[in-house]
Amino acid sequence: MARITLDALAHSYLPAPRGEDDFALKPMTMTWQDGGAYALLGSSGCGKTTLLNIISGLLVPSRGRVLFGDRDVTTLPTAARNIAQVFQFPVVYDTMTVRDNLAFPLKNRGMPAARIAARVAEVAAMIGMADALDRRARGLTADAKQKISLGRGMVRQDVNAILFDEPLTVIDPHMKWELRTQLKSLHRQFGHTMIYVTHDQTEALTFADQVVVMSEGRVVQAGTPQALFDRPEHTFVGYFIGSPGMNLLDAEVRGDRALIAGAQVALPGDHGLPQGRVQIGIRPEFVTPAEGGRGEEGGGLPFRLERVEDVGHHRILRGRVGDQPLTMLLPEDHALPAGIDRAVPATAHLHVYADDWRVPPVAGERAD
Amino acid sequence: MDKPVNNRAWFLVLPVLVLVAFSAVIPLMTVVNYSVQDTFGNNQFFWNGLGWFQEVLDSDRIRAALGRQILFSAIILAIEIPLGIFVALNMPKRGFWASVVLVLMALPLLIPWNVVGTIWQVFGRVDIGLLGHTLAAMGFDYNYVNDPVDAWATIVVMDVWHWTSLVALLCYAGLQSIPDAYYQAARIDQASRWAVFRHIELPKMSGVLLIAVLLRFMDSFMIYTEPFVLTGGGPGNATTFLSIDLVKTAIGQFDLGPAAAFSLIYFLVILLISWVFYTVMTAQKDAP
Amino acid sequence: MAAVAERRATGSAIVMVAYLLFLLTPIYWLVTMSLKTNAEITGTFSLWPHEPTLANYRTILTDPSWYMGYVNSLTYVVLNTAISLAVALPAAYAFSRYRFMGDKHLFFWLLSNRMAPAAVFALPFFQLYSAVGLFDTHIAVALAHCLFNVPLAVWILEGFMSGVPREIDETAYIDGYSFPRFFVRIFMPLIASGIGVAAFFCFMFSWVELLLSRTLTSVNAKPIAATMTRTVSASGLDWGVLAAAGVLTIVPGALVIWFVRNYIAKGFALGRV
Repeated sequence: MARITLDALAHSYLPAPRGEDDFALKPMTMTWQDGGAYALLGSSGCGKTTLLNIISGLLVPSRGRVLFGDRDVTTLPTAARNIAQVFQFPVVYDTMTVRDNLAFPLKNRGMPAARIAARVAEVAAMIGMADALDRRARGLTADAKQKISLGRGMVRQDVNAILFDEPLTVIDPHMKWELRTQLKSLHRQFGHTMIYVTHDQTEALTFADQVVVMSEGRVVQAGTPQALFDRPEHTFVGYFIGSPGMNLLDAEVRGDRALIAGAQVALPGDHGLPQGRVQIGIRPEFVTPAEGGRGEEGGGLPFRLERVEDVGHHRILRGRVGDQPLTMLLPEDHALPAGIDRAVPATAHLHVYADDWRVPPVAGERAD
Repeated sequence: MDKPVNNRAWFLVLPVLVLVAFSAVIPLMTVVNYSVQDTFGNNQFFWNGLGWFQEVLDSDRIRAALGRQILFSAIILAIEIPLGIFVALNMPKRGFWASVVLVLMALPLLIPWNVVGTIWQVFGRVDIGLLGHTLAAMGFDYNYVNDPVDAWATIVVMDVWHWTSLVALLCYAGLQSIPDAYYQAARIDQASRWAVFRHIELPKMSGVLLIAVLLRFMDSFMIYTEPFVLTGGGPGNATTFLSIDLVKTAIGQFDLGPAAAFSLIYFLVILLISWVFYTVMTAQKDAP
Repeated sequence: MAAVAERRATGSAIVMVAYLLFLLTPIYWLVTMSLKTNAEITGTFSLWPHEPTLANYRTILTDPSWYMGYVNSLTYVVLNTAISLAVALPAAYAFSRYRFMGDKHLFFWLLSNRMAPAAVFALPFFQLYSAVGLFDTHIAVALAHCLFNVPLAVWILEGFMSGVPREIDETAYIDGYSFPRFFVRIFMPLIASGIGVAAFFCFMFSWVELLLSRTLTSVNAKPIAATMTRTVSASGLDWGVLAAAGVLTIVPGALVIWFVRNYIAKGFALGRV
């Protein structure tokens, strides 16, 4: 097992890339700690699969290096990197039995038969297929086949990392949850480095210790699920993570005050005079409705309610501040004021963005 | 399969039925009719029962032709199927060269069968053919007109030349349907080249291989034009296959009764062997 | 490892070059012969024509008894392709969409016709078409070739049609399409590549067949392939013209392949990959 370092990595599918737009993967440097559970999150086409293929050795990057520990593996083929990978669709050797499928990677590496048998039995128990070991893989359901793929990924104990490329796409919703929990406990048990590519934030947030969010070929933020929620470094992280996503309102910022749709709100610190397109970000969880009409002293923003959606434990209020949409998330038992016309954001959870990137307060912020 | 039952679908099948009735059933009835009658000419027929069938089954000439036919089909299947798979595995997967190779490979398939015969007839001649001339220059005593072994070899090579591409193209289509992820997984699992073939490529090709084996068996068993043009069935009867013998009997000697009985037996043998191939190959596939 | 991949690619290239050489050499020989004079063919052994001439082609293209052979062949091939597709399309639709009395038996019986040796049918066809006065017409050959082309077309089209989800039919009927209008306006465009493949195969098998087409014709509808055999036996020695005629029979096939090259692999699998 090893730490994985991406050093000034960039990739373009064009032979002679010119501008930045030609790169599917924009230059990045990052380190994946040994034994970590990482999720690589982003919408389709953001470059996450490209990054995964570079790590697994199916692609050689146009620039930069990939290091496993201190070893440069940039040009090494997949087989020499000692990694395991689980693909989006089940990849199963149809003509073999479930047992032979699981044993295949071990047999190819010349492991003694007795150890193979023990290890296969162990993995089969983990994926819940111990009683189907002697069945032909052909004719099994997609669920079962994908479990075999997961098992084959896990069967080798000495791998540097296990890569998952949206492995639960074909799995039933209730099985998804079960398999994810299982993966998590396997990770705790064996401590493999796991990199899990997905476009589903729930999968990413429940599986990973560290989530790496990608957008348009760029890593926009890497952090714990909590950090992504509390302090999105990029507007993309703001609205991609969380449900509903973060509210973003065009604003004018002067020091510790922001002017939105003619109303002034206090900011959690002095932000100076940010340039470019300036936006204020606030999660729907941290805005509360108020009945006002008393103008400035009531605080908050002028709000025109358009719709209330009941989603079980919560109610979502949708409306507008000026001509910009704003949503609020209220606990179910929270009483709705009769004539809502203000939206009051919690100052501590306000963020300032200039051209999509977060602007920290000038005085610095307290560490969480 | 949850297709709805609808007997009015028969109306859609009707045109095919009428056409096939005209082009298959009526002629086949004629054949059956001839097969059980005898004539002394002047259009007077009388009942002959199974006499012609008896005669055909007892005929050493026809038995020998059947033996040659089975040997020929076995040889060309044994060569063309593995060779076709091998070629398919080496074909470029995409890009400009893939198109070029596909077009060139399909070329022999669209040459009229007698022209195929003509091409090899010319190609193999010692006086004016490249192949014959080269073999003669290398000291081989090659002559497909007089030497039975040379005649057989030439016909087999000609058939391989003519039809291997069909097998290869079918297998290629099967290979094209394998997602890249399978090859990637195999690399990660450190599978050997043989294991990739045995466990990924061959299973995916099994469906098209069935089609390939059936088509090649049926068509090789019915072969007529190519060897007829090349050797005319000779030297002697060395390359007289069933169809050549049948046409000689029916059109050459106008022996309608024996020819008809021969035809029916011939047809049944093809149906039977095709059915056996189909059953064996699909049974293997469905095994647990 | 990169070296292994490279070596494998080189290996593949060598295999393909060898195989294509094997395929093309006999054809090359035919082409060079067609460009030589008879004196050069029989007199000296040369790998390429030393005095290239188009005289052989001129002979064929100016003599009606030669070039009408091409016209005849193309006529019945096109007729056959049209008839086969016209009857196979509705039948394939019925097989791919519905179950009906005897459907499976009917399908297998149709396919069994593909296994019928042409030699079996040569004589009965001759008598049948003579009896109805169709002997030596293009339509006779076109109908005779339906024997093996219709089952094949039904089979290919059924494969492609089964790949089209049935919801599309149902949606169209709900939208008020009548069956014929739906079939022509919506369904046929969806299986256009399948129709192309089926047409290609009908063309191919009708074009290459000789036994039936020769048996059923004498003068007016005589195919080019049969014209060739006759010339060999009559003059026996005019190799140049024979080769040129052969080359010209390859041309239509080559053209057709070029047009369907992108569907060829899937097509040869008959839509069943």
